[in-house]
Amino acid sequence: MKPESPHIALFIPCYVDQFYPEVGVSTLELLEKLGCKVSYPQGQTCCGQPMANAGFERNTVGTTRHFIETFKDYDYVVAPSGSCVLHVKEHTPSIPGLEKEQAELHHKVYELTEFITDVLKVERIDGSYPHRVGYHASCHGQRGLRLASSSELNEEPFSKAKKLLENLAGLEWVQLSRTDECCGFGGTFAVTEEALSIQMGKDRLEDHMVHGAEILTGGDMSCIMHLQGIASRNKQTLQFKHIAEILNEAIS
Amino acid sequence: MSHPVQAAEFLQDAAKAKWHDETLWFVRDKRDKISHTIPEWEQLRELASKIKDNVLGNLDIYLEDFERNATKNGIKVHWAKDAEEHNAIVLSILQEKNCKAIVKSKSILTEECHLNPYLEKSGIEVVDTDLGERIVQFLNQPPSHIVLPAIHLKKGEISDLFHEKLHTEKGNDDPTYLTQAARVHLREKFLGAKVAITGVNFGIAETGEFVVCTNEGNADMGVHLADVHIACMGIEKIIPKRQHLSVFLRLLARSATGQSITNYTSHFRSPAAGREMHIILVDNGRTAQLGRETFRNSLKCIRCGACMNTCPIYRRSGGFSYESTVPGPIGSILSPGLDLKKYSTLPFASTLCGSCSDVCPVKINIHEQLYAWRQEITKAQGTSPKSLSMSLGNGIFKSPLAYKISGTLMRAALKTLPDSLIYNPLNTYGKSRDLPELPKESFKDWYKKNRG
Repeated sequence: MKPESPHIALFIPCYVDQFYPEVGVSTLELLEKLGCKVSYPQGQTCCGQPMANAGFERNTVGTTRHFIETFKDYDYVVAPSGSCVLHVKEHTPSIPGLEKEQAELHHKVYELTEFITDVLKVERIDGSYPHRVGYHASCHGQRGLRLASSSELNEEPFSKAKKLLENLAGLEWVQLSRTDECCGFGGTFAVTEEALSIQMGKDRLEDHMVHGAEILTGGDMSCIMHLQGIASRNKQTLQFKHIAEILNEAIS
Repeated sequence: MSHPVQAAEFLQDAAKAKWHDETLWFVRDKRDKISHTIPEWEQLRELASKIKDNVLGNLDIYLEDFERNATKNGIKVHWAKDAEEHNAIVLSILQEKNCKAIVKSKSILTEECHLNPYLEKSGIEVVDTDLGERIVQFLNQPPSHIVLPAIHLKKGEISDLFHEKLHTEKGNDDPTYLTQAARVHLREKFLGAKVAITGVNFGIAETGEFVVCTNEGNADMGVHLADVHIACMGIEKIIPKRQHLSVFLRLLARSATGQSITNYTSHFRSPAAGREMHIILVDNGRTAQLGRETFRNSLKCIRCGACMNTCPIYRRSGGFSYESTVPGPIGSILSPGLDLKKYSTLPFASTLCGSCSDVCPVKINIHEQLYAWRQEITKAQGTSPKSLSMSLGNGIFKSPLAYKISGTLMRAALKTLPDSLIYNPLNTYGKSRDLPELPKESFKDWYKKNRG
């Protein structure tokens, strides 16, 4: 993008801010390498998803109002998370007095890979990443934002993440048995249905490992945090990275 | 018991849980393969969904059309507002015919109405003739899946059961051998029954006929040998015209089992000479659901079971974990409409992954309704985020630690930095998972330092 290009706000999910600052840094650097003018509005907090998914959407009015006020003046809002973006678009209560801003915001908030492919219109990313990479498609990105074709639907196969990764020299894309099954994180589900959550996570990890993945990547750190936590507990040697980290490393 | 407790119990037998997951995934995979051979698959789903929209918007008219046309055909039409009325109608017909033994093909509606125990109390022998249903009936269990009622059992268990009930050879678990034994056993029951009960897959308003789909031919066998046929139908099973079967029949079997069509697709229009045909149109909470705008289109369901086969929760927790006649994702949006309190954990038994909605042949937005039910449940329980710990104790959530996680994030949401996140004793989250290492600085700190 050129210097007069649109002003992009970085939306960093609260748990990424706290636990995975390197993912925020990679997202910022990657967008800059792609020619974007990016700012990080420092007043941002959480999007309110944990509350809404627990059944308290009605209590997220304040959070949502704050979110709109923080981001409304930017041309685009980009987040390294499909899940938080989906929440902002679909599960935030309507805010009186900010209806117009809210409606506009829903059209300018993007998950990172879709922003790169759909707004920046990047056709391919060149660089080198000589590793066997397994991709974990987060459900909210996959079926919520339609970042890739869904295995249930009869449609032309596509994947925005794969499009960005597949031209990296040396990268081997690991074909999984179940291409888009849930990892079992699910926010509070991880605690309220702990046994199921762990079993689902173990099953996802096994799919990656039997197919020889060296690195497990994805677009949502929440899934990866859960999978990494299980792998670490069970002394499994798989590595975990957000797709922003891989892309940023590959083109530097 | 709540869903999380049941699910944890199911997972105790790790090998069997894995087998259950893989078996149902196999069915889901078959469904994927066959649906991908139909280029217009997505248009068919859209069409089916729209036909059902039309049905739900004009249900009163179609039901009256159906009644009029069915009556013209010589079918006796009964209306039941709830399970009790439905059961009483069945019993009165049986008493009138002085019938003491009936055969019944698969009908989830009669499960919903608890017809079997009701009739048994009146001294009537009820024999479920679908093989899977007969198996669970022997065990005094409900079906664990609406299409595959005995999917929770392995062939060795069925072998033991048949040895006890049908005196098959001990240890012989050859499926052909066991099925043959069931055939012989059921044949005798078919021959002795004066009345046969079936479910209904589709009732056609314009012709007053109805369609029953089975793979075993047991509905036909029962009906053709009996003097009286009683068909039990939920009022949402109406479709306007016979030609609409060309949409629904193509979707049903492919979605259910990956077959192109069920082995038997039987059309019933009028009774044979000297015989009787009854149909009972049952509401039992359906009009209440029709009145709930957010949840109305759950009534589009054609009971294919695809959402169960695809659900990563159902596959790993089994049908019984839902403690509801219709288990799985669709059950989790239907059952709270029947009893919000009893089924309050079901809409939370999901990661909202959305696979159910994408697999659904009539495009019910199941995962969005799960989300919407969560909002209703917390409202009905009078909980607020601050009093979430109360509802945790009341059974929405199993563990009070949910509060600690969500509470911490809620505080973050309320502009209080989650400083204490890592220091909380996240016992449940951390039981089988390591927590991420705490970085030396947050992204916000890094940004201030490097770009501020």
